[in-house]
Amino acid sequence: MLEAYLSIFIKAVFIENIAINFFLGMCTFLAISKRIQPAIGLGIAVIVVLGLAVPINNLIFNFFLKADALFPGSDLHFVGLICYIGIIAALVQILEMFLDRYIPALYNALGVFLPLITVNCAILGGVLFSIERNLEFTESIVYGLGAGTGWALAIVALAGITERLKYADIPEGLQGLGITFITVGLMCFGFLSFGGISL
Amino acid sequence: MSKAKEVLLNPLFNDNPIALQILGICSALAVTGTLYITLIMCVALTTVVTLSNLFVSLIRNHIPTNIRIIVQISIIATLVMLVDEVLQAFDYESSKTLSVFVGLIVTNCIVMGRAEAFAMKNGPLMSAIDGFGNGLGYSVILIIIAIIREFIGAGTFYGIEIMPLTTNGGWYLANNFFLTPASSFFIIGFTIWALRQWKTEQIEEPEFKISKNSLETEKRAI
Repeated sequence: MLEAYLSIFIKAVFIENIAINFFLGMCTFLAISKRIQPAIGLGIAVIVVLGLAVPINNLIFNFFLKADALFPGSDLHFVGLICYIGIIAALVQILEMFLDRYIPALYNALGVFLPLITVNCAILGGVLFSIERNLEFTESIVYGLGAGTGWALAIVALAGITERLKYADIPEGLQGLGITFITVGLMCFGFLSFGGISL
Repeated sequence: MSKAKEVLLNPLFNDNPIALQILGICSALAVTGTLYITLIMCVALTTVVTLSNLFVSLIRNHIPTNIRIIVQISIIATLVMLVDEVLQAFDYESSKTLSVFVGLIVTNCIVMGRAEAFAMKNGPLMSAIDGFGNGLGYSVILIIIAIIREFIGAGTFYGIEIMPLTTNGGWYLANNFFLTPASSFFIIGFTIWALRQWKTEQIEEPEFKISKNSLETEKRAI
């Protein structure tokens, strides 16, 4: 039993990394990856939000939206998107208020990143993937945490590389965004090699 | 009318959403394997961004500032649901291939970004034109990437065989690298480079200027 969860986790972190292999949350990924410190903050925020949003939306899907879930013959899956995004937005808002009240240190560390996460496609993508793959409730908790960890790992790694690159002599036109893309492309090769792991 | 033309054409190369504003990159990378799928994605996104800009602009004076993000997101999510349903009804195969990426137009930052930055401040007609222009700017980059990836990766153009593959008894050995998602990072990177060589004002300032090394300084002294 534990093995099954572990394999979901490892798969979500390395083999199907949500940032590198599915390109989700790329906009924030490229924009916030100039320094390691904010990258770590954002990474933790994404782990927390994914770890909560995926299981909650999984429950919503299984108990309300799935065919025959509410009453026989009901099928509300077409309003799925608007429910998920609403729940993610509400969740982020609640989390922000909770952190502000009880853990101000973490709240200050996360700063502006929390509200930004609402429109981070990594979160909605994680939710949609967990529903597309028909994960059970406990599996979806593991998947959410794993996907978040994978994303955090990728952004911290990229920030580390970018921090070093600022001393490099880069052609004018590639400066900034261009070289970041090529760096991520090379990282992508690294992650492709995890594809050979069989679980 | 020149303002409308400017609003429409500016996002194509001067202020491209992908190459300069860093918006909407997720889908640009993931759905560019074949040209057909890419075109569907471009049409879907352009429709959503045009209509969402139009509707947000129509009610912009009635939206309370505090909850504007929620209002915008519900408008966008509704439009995306409609597009998704239409796609599933008319082209089920493609909607399976695109899987979650049509749904992810909801969080595509181009749509949110344009609603927030343009539609909240301008009239409905201009906003719709701006949305359409940004949709086109997004499409231009996606189509370039898709053509390159499909041509080199499979030897075809829009599904038509241009270079016969060795597996089919032809002469072209397909470069599988271009079928992997990693290739799109490089193609976008180099597309940005090319664009910035052409429009030099888009070049970003480096954080550190590297001083000339001693050898070059000596040479100049001599």
